[in-house]
This record gives sequence, C-alpha cells and structure tokens, in this order.
Amino acid sequence: MARILIPTPLRQFADKKDSVELPGTTAGEVLTALTERFPDLKKHLYNDEGKLRSFVNVYLNDEDIRYMKKDTTPVNDADTLSIVPSIAGGRLKQGAIRV
Amino acid sequence: MSEAISLSKEEILRYSRHLIMPEVGMEGQLKLKNARVLLVGAGGLGAPLGLYLAAAGIGKIGLVDFDVVDFTNLQRQVIHGTKDVGKKKLESAFETMADINPFVKLVAHETALSSENALEIFKDYDIIVDGTDNFPTRYLVNDACVLLNKPNVYGSIFRFEGQATVFAYEGGPCYRCLYPEPPPPGLVPSCAEGGVLGILPGVIGLIQATETVKLILGIGQTLVGRLMLYDALGMKFRELKLRKNPECPACGDNRTITALIDYVQFCGVPHQEAPPEPVAATGDIEPAEVKVKLDRGDPFTLVDVREPHEFQICRIPGSTLIPLGELPKRVGELNQNSEIVAHCKSGARSAKAVDFLKQAGFKKVRNMKGGIIAWSDKVDPTVPKY
Repeated sequence: MARILIPTPLRQFADKKDSVELPGTTAGEVLTALTERFPDLKKHLYNDEGKLRSFVNVYLNDEDIRYMKKDTTPVNDADTLSIVPSIAGGRLKQGAIRV
Repeated sequence: MSEAISLSKEEILRYSRHLIMPEVGMEGQLKLKNARVLLVGAGGLGAPLGLYLAAAGIGKIGLVDFDVVDFTNLQRQVIHGTKDVGKKKLESAFETMADINPFVKLVAHETALSSENALEIFKDYDIIVDGTDNFPTRYLVNDACVLLNKPNVYGSIFRFEGQATVFAYEGGPCYRCLYPEPPPPGLVPSCAEGGVLGILPGVIGLIQATETVKLILGIGQTLVGRLMLYDALGMKFRELKLRKNPECPACGDNRTITALIDYVQFCGVPHQEAPPEPVAATGDIEPAEVKVKLDRGDPFTLVDVREPHEFQICRIPGSTLIPLGELPKRVGELNQNSEIVAHCKSGARSAKAVDFLKQAGFKKVRNMKGGIIAWSDKVDPTVPKY
C-alpha cells in the first residue's frame, strides 16, 4: 500500500481526505485505484484522452514521475505519491488580467 | 541609476544588523542598495514582500498594480490599513514602504501587466517577483522573464497551502517546465471562491523575499530547481525536485515561444468584452422580483446552493440550503413541477445548478441574478456581504 497525498483544491472530490493508502505497484496503478475510489477526481486528473492533465503533476517522493517512467514508475509500500496541481493564488475577475 | 559605492551615516546605522554579519557586510548591503526589484502585484504576497524588501534596503523597488484597497483585502494585505480603503494599492503601499525606509526609490507602474508592456517594464529590473493572483499573468511573467533572462521569484497560495520557487535563473527550469499549461477556467477554484488563510501569503511572500535577498547577495542555496510546498495545517514544509523540461516551449532546446503571446486566450479566459457567465438570460430573475414573490407568499422553492459555512454567514429567510455539490444526490428533495429559484453568492454556482436542474427535467427553474450580494445591494442591506 502506497500513500498518496491529495492537495487542498482536490479534497472536495475525495471525501475531504488529505491522504489515502492505496494498493498498486506502479504510479499508474495507484492513481487508477484512487480514481476508482473517488470517481469525481477523474476529470480533474485526466483529460478526455485519459492522459494526466498538464497542470497536474505527480511526484514519487520528491521526483516528478514525468522524468521517471511516468505511469509505469514502480511504487513501493514505503513510497509517497503526491499530486501537485498548479495554483494561481488570489482571485481572477472575469476577463481581466489583474495583478 | 548610478551605482552606489558607499552608505551614508544614517544608512549604516539603519542597516547595522546586516552590516555586522559577514555574509552581508558592507559589500552585501551595497549590493542590496544597487539592486532593482520589481514586484508584480501589491496583494497578499506583495504586501509582506514590499514591507521587508523596503526594510532590507533594496535600492529600487518597482510595483505593478492597478487595484484599489477594499475591506476584504485587510485580512491579509498588511501593507494596507483600514484608513487606506478606497485608495489605490500603489499609493497605499508606497506610503507604508516610504515610512519604513525613505532610502528606497519606489517606482509605480499603475497598469495591468500585458504582453504589450511587460518587456518594457521588466527591462529596468534585475529580479522579478511574481505576486500575482491569476494564471494569465503568471504565464506572462514567466515568459517575459525567460525572454529577458531574469529570475522569476515565484509564490502562490490556496487556502492553507503555498508553493514557492525561483524560476528561470541562470538557465534553470521555468514555470512552463513545471506546468506546461494552465487549468481550464472553472476547474480550479480561485481564492475568492476557495478562501485563503490570511497569514499564508505572509509566509509564502517572505519566502519569496528571502530568495530575492539571497539572489542579490549571492549567498546560500536558492530554491532554483526545487519547489517548496508549505502546508499550514500540517505545519509541514516539503520540497520537490524541479527539473528543466527539454521540451519546454519557453526555455527548452526547441523553444517555440520567442515573443509574448495572448495569455488571456492561452488560459482560456474570456476577454473582458465577453459576457461574464454563460447564463441563459431567460433563466434569470431579479432579486427584487424574488422579494415580491416571497412577500406575496407565491408557491416556489428558493434554493441556496452555497456551502453550509456560507449559509452561516448570511441567508435569505425562507431559503433551503442544498450545496451545489450535493444537488445531484439531493435532487429528490425538490419537486420537478414546482417553481424553483436558485441562488448563491454572486450567481455563478446557481447558474450551474439551474443548468443541472433543467437537464434533470425541471421546467420552472430560474437563477437569481447576482446572488446574495445583489440581494444585499438591492433588497436588504442588513444582509452582510462577504
């Protein structure tokens, strides 16, 4: 069972949990287990083609899985996966570039 | 600005706690005095940045902002005070900074940063500090920094979490290496929707200020190549490796971004001229009309689709709380044949609720225009705005 950390913006789609333990031997398997447990998360993590969205990064411990073996990156029980989405901070008034 | 080669007696006294540290010393303090730092945004992150960078003795600080101080800013934007509400943020911030340190040259850029002006503004600064609050400006700041080869000291916040790093420094990774594309509008809640712990931008802004000072002094290990994550609730700092993406469109080997682009379009945000929300006008109802219906005792259900904690702040008497997220599973509580008016804080979430209910077969569903904010403005001013 690997631990996966869920960031604040996505907790509303995951029963408000900040982390869960899930089975899987690769990053892809753990992520699949995650979206099976919380189906609402799926559209926030994957695009229509089933690829991880480009504003969502997944880290195995402190390493970005994009620079490892992506979905097939091996995961051990002691590992922690983190989902790190981009956050802009602050408000965005419709249409305006505000600073 | 001609290079300063010495400090005045007053400056030596003011900076004495820096000067007695060998890592800073006279040489370092002169580096700070000769440094030119641009702060993009005088908001939550810009506030602590402005205060501490002025105090530290940065020679020239530019500030880009065109906003006005309002009451909701004061919970976190500590550079502004109650007396400043209604004032331009630039003016208010500069008053505070000039009071802290009159030796700092302050330069106002009262404008919205854009593809047309960013390079021109940035060229006069050594370091750009991104304290903005939206994706289009973040990508704009990043690309302009990469094009001009200037470090981008990055920080961003959401609720109880923050991120900080230094992008585009001496060939290091840039923002697009980390996130090639922004989320589509609406998928990630903004701080106005999601809220932010007032202290959080203080912590993240001061990490940015620390990195700025380290870059100028050339000491320590900067956050280049590392993404710092801060979780205020768990009180945890974590660090992730940030790698340069060889395929990055901004700084990769085969870069395609060689000039600034239309960032509003890139981020999929509708232009200002566009209607604010895709709300069917025929589905709208004015707050005043809702009031008339309530007073008349018309048979209809007023559904408040906000969250329970918002319901605790204020509510319209007679409304039923069904948060938008719970609507699909609680739709059975509503009668398909009866008339329904949905409202939220400002009308966006209730528009989604109206769409959902129509698709679920409800015929007489309308959205109260402007939400409870408009209710407070137009019907009952005793209802607090938040």
